[in-house]
Amino acid sequence: MAGAHAASTDPNALSWYEATARQRVVALADPGSVQEFLPPTERRMSPHLPLFDLPRAFDDGIVVGRAKLDGKTVLVAAQEGRFMGGAFGEIHGAKLVGLLRAALTLKPAAVLILFDTGGVRLQEANAGETAIAETMRAIVDVRAAGIPVIGLIGGRAGCYGGGGLIAGTCSRLAVSEGGRISVSGPEVIETNKGAEEFDSRDRALVWRTMGGKHRRLIGGADVFCADTVSAFRQAALDLIGRAPAFDLATLEAEQARLESRIERFGDCRDATDIWARLGVNDPEAVPAMATRAFDETVSRVREADHDAR
Amino acid sequence: MESLTFRHTTKKPLPGSVPNAITGVVASGNLEILLERVLPPDACEVAIETPIAGYGPVWEAVVADFVARAQPGGLRISINDGGARPDTVSLRLLQGARLMEA
Amino acid sequence: MTLAEILAGLFPQGHSVTVRDGLVTGGGPFADKKLHVVGVDGDTPLGVDGALVLSRAVLDAVRAGDKTPILVVVDSDSQRMSRRDELLGLNECLAHLAKALLLADRSGHPTIGLIYGHSAAGAFIATALATRILAALPGANPSVMDLPSVAKVTKLPLDKLQEMAKSTPVFAPGIDNMVATGAVHVVLDPAKPLDGQIRDLITNLQPGDHRDRLGEERGGRPVARGISAAVITQAGRG
Repeated sequence: MAGAHAASTDPNALSWYEATARQRVVALADPGSVQEFLPPTERRMSPHLPLFDLPRAFDDGIVVGRAKLDGKTVLVAAQEGRFMGGAFGEIHGAKLVGLLRAALTLKPAAVLILFDTGGVRLQEANAGETAIAETMRAIVDVRAAGIPVIGLIGGRAGCYGGGGLIAGTCSRLAVSEGGRISVSGPEVIETNKGAEEFDSRDRALVWRTMGGKHRRLIGGADVFCADTVSAFRQAALDLIGRAPAFDLATLEAEQARLESRIERFGDCRDATDIWARLGVNDPEAVPAMATRAFDETVSRVREADHDAR
Repeated sequence: MESLTFRHTTKKPLPGSVPNAITGVVASGNLEILLERVLPPDACEVAIETPIAGYGPVWEAVVADFVARAQPGGLRISINDGGARPDTVSLRLLQGARLMEA
Repeated sequence: MTLAEILAGLFPQGHSVTVRDGLVTGGGPFADKKLHVVGVDGDTPLGVDGALVLSRAVLDAVRAGDKTPILVVVDSDSQRMSRRDELLGLNECLAHLAKALLLADRSGHPTIGLIYGHSAAGAFIATALATRILAALPGANPSVMDLPSVAKVTKLPLDKLQEMAKSTPVFAPGIDNMVATGAVHVVLDPAKPLDGQIRDLITNLQPGDHRDRLGEERGGRPVARGISAAVITQAGRG
């Protein structure tokens, strides 16, 4: 693939947050194993962005393809958060939908989705929104066929809007400190409800409310990763092996899990209040914790690990 | 959007056998460059799409300088520009050529 | 059409549908069987609490195992935008509701969306867009974002956007554009009995997801179907 020749791809040295989508895919997979579908040379570019006088990308901001992970065939999609905020446009979304539908016949060991998205691309909003709905339906079909769909979240655009809903549809999620998972972004809440409701410039508040550590502690994600490609690779391999089934029992368990969360924490104003109730000894120390110390903290939190997704 | 195309004749083909490569990302102040070894060994074409109109002469100079330095014979180079400065463009072009030489 | 008018049209023999805090649950006798109704009324934003009320109703229906059709009626705001909702994992709760509806579909319950008012963003995706077939009533107004907000974000003048919206359904709000992209399958005729129209939709339900094909045929999403098909073709090689 074109991107196989894209700069440094040492997975131990490469920051997930800093890497491009193509670098992430190449460094995540077994060396030389990536085969991209609709690569940049095909120039499948947005037919809509020129109307807005906006530049296009050769891949519409998403890399989709096949790769090997520890010798096993996986399908992989990676959003480029720096192009239009990784947002879902018509082609961008259709590439992900096509990949998931292909999984039904190819039966890979897993489908990996490397999220990096602000949600729907406004210039193609209706197409993006519909593609998100199609993606969620396709994920459910893939999961019901026994194929794990694993989300990896640690990019600079986070995982917002419809991206957050797609993430919630996956079998398992790995998230890093820099990965944020949410529906309404900080700026969206502030614009609509005022700075008293959410001060988007308070970055510590953003990380506490939407960041990887909070999501991991409350069971919104299944693994917390250091910000390297090799950590995400290890997480993906781990999670493929323990994906929950998609059936009534799983969703009943998720219903109970989420109801219990709201009952226990529904009156909390801040994430630190929730962490204290979860039994974290020193909630104020969580944001600064290194990965190993944080993992130890997580291991004492009953709510963090479950099969209810 | 403004489209620009520059065609050059080179003294030699770009070494290496990589068929294509891509570098950079379309973002504010950045650009993506797709390089494909599809032209005769003494030809190079650079096609640019940019949202910032009126910089044709600057692009022409940057491309001419790159062609003189890298001698990228055989390459069709396609650029999606997000408003990159000329020095960023030069850097990315040389990066791209190196990827093709691997 | 109001929800009361819709329910009267659907259930001439009466029903048990209630609306509490804008959340619709219940059902009634329908075409020799039953019809479950869940949804959002009164332009209500959908938050964590509401999503779980609706998902519980859907899962209860699935557990009963009777393959009763489920109608998702929608006149909502967007997702509830608050610090509390995001703190409690709104993405999980909305995804859970969508998954419950998709599970119901997989379990043999015909799922039909009916949008009769507004809806937007996460609330739209978790409800109406998670059904097998989505119908609309004239006057429905789904949107991702209204044009003044689009103008703000894209830094384009509003009058230019309004002009573009006429020829480019891909970004503009409104029911016609969601029909053109294939998200809304059909617009119902309010002059005809509603129960018959919904019954016909259930009878003629097709397997699979045809929204990209509809979007291509109607011109609102000209390339999506071809792109997803091309990915499948290339994935099938070697």
